[in-house]
Amino acid sequence: MNTTPTAHTVKSFDEDLRQLRLLIGEMGGLAKDQVDRSVAAIVARDAEAAQAVVQSDPRIDRIEAEVEQLAIATIARRAPLADDLREVIAALKISAVIERIGDYAKNNAKRVNSIAQDSPIRPMVIVPEMARIVSQMVDDALDAYARRDPELARDVWKRDNSVDEYYNSLFRALLTFMMENPHHITPSTHMLFIAKNLERIGDHATNIAEVVYYSATGEHLTDRQKADETVYTVSEDVEGEQER
Amino acid sequence: MPTSAGDALDADGAGRNRWIAVASAVVLAAAAGYAFAWHEVLGAAALALLAAAAGAFAARASRTLPRPAEESTASPDNAQPSITLDSLENAAVLVDRDFGILSMNAEAVDAFGAHALGEDIRIAIRHPAVIETVTTAMRQNRDSIREIEGIGRHSTVFRLRAGPAGDARLLLSFADVSPARLAERMRADFVANASHELRTPLATLVGFIETLQGPAANDPAARARFLDVMANEAARMTRLVDDLMSLSRIELDKNIRPREIIDLAPLFENVATTSAVSLEADKRQLVMTIEPELPQVIADKDQVLQVLHNLMTNAIKYGRAGTPITVTAERAKALQGEVVRIAIADVGDGIAAEHIPRLTERFYRVDTGRSRRLGGTGLGLAIAKHIVERHRGTLEITSEQGVGTTVSFTLPASVSQI
Repeated sequence: MNTTPTAHTVKSFDEDLRQLRLLIGEMGGLAKDQVDRSVAAIVARDAEAAQAVVQSDPRIDRIEAEVEQLAIATIARRAPLADDLREVIAALKISAVIERIGDYAKNNAKRVNSIAQDSPIRPMVIVPEMARIVSQMVDDALDAYARRDPELARDVWKRDNSVDEYYNSLFRALLTFMMENPHHITPSTHMLFIAKNLERIGDHATNIAEVVYYSATGEHLTDRQKADETVYTVSEDVEGEQER
Repeated sequence: MPTSAGDALDADGAGRNRWIAVASAVVLAAAAGYAFAWHEVLGAAALALLAAAAGAFAARASRTLPRPAEESTASPDNAQPSITLDSLENAAVLVDRDFGILSMNAEAVDAFGAHALGEDIRIAIRHPAVIETVTTAMRQNRDSIREIEGIGRHSTVFRLRAGPAGDARLLLSFADVSPARLAERMRADFVANASHELRTPLATLVGFIETLQGPAANDPAARARFLDVMANEAARMTRLVDDLMSLSRIELDKNIRPREIIDLAPLFENVATTSAVSLEADKRQLVMTIEPELPQVIADKDQVLQVLHNLMTNAIKYGRAGTPITVTAERAKALQGEVVRIAIADVGDGIAAEHIPRLTERFYRVDTGRSRRLGGTGLGLAIAKHIVERHRGTLEITSEQGVGTTVSFTLPASVSQI
């Protein structure tokens, strides 16, 4: 039985898929770790730890290349259809997204050197809290992928709004803070980019969740509204927040 | 024939016992024959019978009687490891050479989710440091230990010990070391927070004391007024220290889940009673909508009471005089399973959206002056959030400016009630 060509093909296709999933898992674990470590380095203003984050980014890139090769080889050799094809494409898409998450973490880590030169700034306190939510989203999106769990994926997808709220809040706080004193501008600008990167990581976790949901159910999660208000924010609007 | 009768009933224990009885009877008869044999030939025949009976007995016994050694090693993969893991205090996971998870104990299921069983740890746990530690332990075939942050659902700090467990398996044991880490960090936090927040009331106290010692020394009216202010400030400092202490305690326990199963109804009554006086003073009403047959919850009674009390105090402080405060409790479905959702809503000015994500931050105040005037410590919501998170629940704040604020939280329903 096991020697018939059909069984053989199916079996090694399953093996290919398993390998793809393992690579995604490994890559995702690395990326989430990069996010956590970059934020820890920012909070501790630890340039060395940040450097370590920057240096381990190529590992994620290498795995992405591996995923891409394997996915293309799988499609070429096995010509998968329907569900199977969706699964391979999902792996391909997710690996690209994870690679971006790694890049944002690296970019955040690169800023530590400059942040460490200035004295710590007050609005900083929002960053670790925002990062905690974002990192949990990444982890849960990967869990949803590992378990093929559309409900968890939908839950991650819904959480993106609260990240946007944090971002808006930090954006306003930083504008006010910069207006107080020009010396605050350099560290505040870095913090603004860091927050934006975190917000993008949250978006990417949402993207993974969307792919997982589609690959599990064959349906798309309906369009979510963006809660990023900072595009409309002008400095005259900013008020309050002087205390603390 | 005794043997065939024994065969027929071979399957059950009664058959086996009967066969043993028959065999003993044959042996006894043979022995008696030998003992009372009045002739050599008869004696030899009896001996032969005895030998034959003994031989048959031995052969039969080796076929039918239970062999203890064999039975206990019958299923090494399933039964045995789960028993071993359950007796371990730490989260423990048994993996094979291919990183596949063979079994997990309850603590591990809590940390990594039940779906991880049978899955590859590279997919289920993912953390690169975990995979490295396991790979090292596998390659060197000896224990590998490492402290790892940010794994599992609750982002605990674990000390992972991976070591060979025989049969090409590896035992991973995750010791939770976050309380030690937290205690370290909290000492630093406490000093920072306390010095900043306690300085204001302390400065007020010192100021009044100096005034009473100098210019106002002989002014009884001023003295009475100043002493009132001083008493207020001292009371605020006491509350602040109390709140900081309870926040520290809650943070230390945050990874220990509450186990008690409690009814919520008495807690609601308690809150209604304790807030009756301040409600009366503001001419306000408490409207309770409690779903009938509300399930019991898995919770720490005192802590839930503290959350209710803190949220109630906020609703009383920030709601408008003369408006009702609504408390609702209902069952709901969450990702983790059945929960009870409790919401406390006020009618008042509400809170601007940009403040909402930061409300549970320690000492964050939308309006510092107002908060101080109302005697707040800036810790009420931080405490509530920590307690709810310890219960694996979620705290949600929604607010519309000019309409009011609703704070809701969930507690896990007791499974036996579902």
